Amino acid sequence: MVEALEKIVRKYRDEDGNIISLMQDTQEVLGYIPGKAVDYFAEELGIAPSRFYGVLTFYSQFHLKPRGKNIFAVCCGTACHVKGGSKIAERVQRDLGLSAEGETTEDGNFTLEIVRCVGACSIAPVVLVNNKALAEMTPDSTSKLLKQLMKEESDGAK
Amino acid sequence: MEQNEENKKKVVVRVCIGTGGLAAGGKEVIQAFKKAITDFCVDLDLDFTCHYQKVGCRGFCARDVLVDVVDGGTSVTYQKIKPDMAKRIVQEHLIEGKPVAEWLIDDAYYAFHDKQHKILLKDCGTIDPEDIQAYINAGGYEGIRKILAGMTPDQVIDEIKTSGIRGRGGAGFPTGVKWDACRKAEGETKYIVCNADEGDPGAFMDRSIIEGNPHAVIEGMMIAAYAIGSNLGYVYIRAEYPSAVERLKLAMTQARETGHLGNNLFGSGFSFDLRVKLGAGAFVCGEETALIASIEGQRGMPRAKPPFPVHRGLWGKPTVINNVETLANIPNIIRKGSAWYASIGTEKSKGTKVFALTGKVKNTGLIEVPMGIRLGEIIYDIGGGIEGGREFKAVQTGGPSGGCIPASLLDTPVDFESLAKVGSIVGSGGMVVLDETDCMVNIAKFFLEFTRAESCGKCVPCRIGTKRLLEILERITKGEGKPGDIELLEEMSADIKLASLCGLGQTAPNPVLSTIKYFRHEYEAHINEKRCPAAVCRDLLTYSVLTEFCKGCGACIRACPAGAVTGEKKKPHVIDSSVCIKCGACFDACKFKAIKKE
Repeated sequence: MVEALEKIVRKYRDEDGNIISLMQDTQEVLGYIPGKAVDYFAEELGIAPSRFYGVLTFYSQFHLKPRGKNIFAVCCGTACHVKGGSKIAERVQRDLGLSAEGETTEDGNFTLEIVRCVGACSIAPVVLVNNKALAEMTPDSTSKLLKQLMKEESDGAK
Repeated sequence: MEQNEENKKKVVVRVCIGTGGLAAGGKEVIQAFKKAITDFCVDLDLDFTCHYQKVGCRGFCARDVLVDVVDGGTSVTYQKIKPDMAKRIVQEHLIEGKPVAEWLIDDAYYAFHDKQHKILLKDCGTIDPEDIQAYINAGGYEGIRKILAGMTPDQVIDEIKTSGIRGRGGAGFPTGVKWDACRKAEGETKYIVCNADEGDPGAFMDRSIIEGNPHAVIEGMMIAAYAIGSNLGYVYIRAEYPSAVERLKLAMTQARETGHLGNNLFGSGFSFDLRVKLGAGAFVCGEETALIASIEGQRGMPRAKPPFPVHRGLWGKPTVINNVETLANIPNIIRKGSAWYASIGTEKSKGTKVFALTGKVKNTGLIEVPMGIRLGEIIYDIGGGIEGGREFKAVQTGGPSGGCIPASLLDTPVDFESLAKVGSIVGSGGMVVLDETDCMVNIAKFFLEFTRAESCGKCVPCRIGTKRLLEILERITKGEGKPGDIELLEEMSADIKLASLCGLGQTAPNPVLSTIKYFRHEYEAHINEKRCPAAVCRDLLTYSVLTEFCKGCGACIRACPAGAVTGEKKKPHVIDSSVCIKCGACFDACKFKAIKKE
């Protein structure tokens, strides 16, 4: 991890010194922002950790906990909302046995997230499965896809 | 060029690869055409030269994947194409010369386009966004060449002022006036910023323009930079739009390689370059001063204005911030002249506006219409009316800052002033159509959930006010509303609008106020009768089986996650309301309309 962080710090020092870009690069590499990474940057750059956390907790893009291997992001923007996006989210939550959105299954395989508009409103309701937008989804079609992926994950683990 | 030899021909296959097209399988469709054409060429010893052209959003996303097949100069458009349909199209259309009639676009496709006036979206659906030459061939970069060859910055600003164009991001501020203020502001260094932080749920025109025609935005920024005296621009774009970011970066690279960005452009002495900054997911960053804070790497919190960004903006320097759609209009205005632009639209709202038409209309997609068109024309003529034969209830315009407009006002012209008069806004151009099955209290609650979550927390009226509004709305939708709630909502809304610092708080109550104004009876039904007229609010619903329609098929039993439905095969089933979690799965599963929701 340190090696990757060193590289990011070098880039950050050379460019315009933007905490957001720094955190974006870190998340790109590590998948989330571990506390250790923040400590490292704070030390290296002489910036208080609180400034990092101020930015990290302000923007919804940043994750302070590891996310699952597969991300089901259900869109609940306006168009998706009126076309039943929340029903899809409920179904995925139930299928995964999670108590709230934003959580990850115990095996670390799946995370359910709710996003507010991905700009694909004309094909609502939309579900992003690992960043690929799927059009005109229903609770049933999403559940079917989820179960297929769950099966693949458990087959792969064997 | 017509080929004389029968087995030789030139073909173009044009496929939409906007986000809509990609989601519908655009890339797979291209692959399928490549394979089909190659296979036939080998089998039948044909010599086809085929150009596979990727284009951006063509607007009618409901009919994706849209494919143009151009053979001998004649272009034919197919709709709803899947990869497995490619083989038949190649065989019947390209080899036998008979287009597959049943897959061609139909009357609805023409009706969708009849009342549109495409300026920005015209190129989006025809040129390859990943090829700078395609933009140049369509007249691209002629605008900047024209001004560098002989227009002073003041002349450019005059031209933009005369065109009458107003900001497309929502507020409708005259673009030329903004540029002029920045030009006159003191300071050596100035910046032009493109606001591509399209955060309004229900709006996707900025994404589509960048994905479909990124060079138009770059050229617009160059012209703005020249006019205000800037050499560096920033594009602040949502990280949630990965393909738009990718195409924009590619366009910038190609522009640098071909001398369209960099030092001493076209030998004029004018230099300009661009940087991309990714937003990190905060709606409030669409507000100018918050956006500046975010580019500077801080929490995106707005500050008081004045000083306005044109005087003190990015890194404290004079800065113009324009929206994507505004900037993409600029090259056309310079090329074709301000008089041409001013001839479109109404007296105070010039030009065209792109809207994202979504929700319960038959034809969803991206449309571009002249300002002043009536709402009803958009919904019924372009949108084809309400899907499923249901009743129109309202159209929501302007996203979380806008309002809901009822059927009685469908004659309202779409322009900045008229929409404001009926309690909504043009906004960035989201237009979500609602039908009789949508509950207006629920819609107001939906938007307040959004603004409550997105409030940056800096000022109290917005931070606490939106929270309190939401709590009252939640109570009402749970059947716990009290007499006086409507008046309380109105009073608090007025205070929040008056006392909030930035546009987010000042407009957050609009969805509540407009739904109370036009749909007060729905609020009253929730509060006084504990009833949701549209049968949406879960806590106010009961599900039961209509025994006369129930065939006893068991579909609802299988669908119910709570085990609330019981019954024998071929006999009417029963729902135990004490176990029912009111999820509606039985209602959706029943093919015989035997589940009653009230």
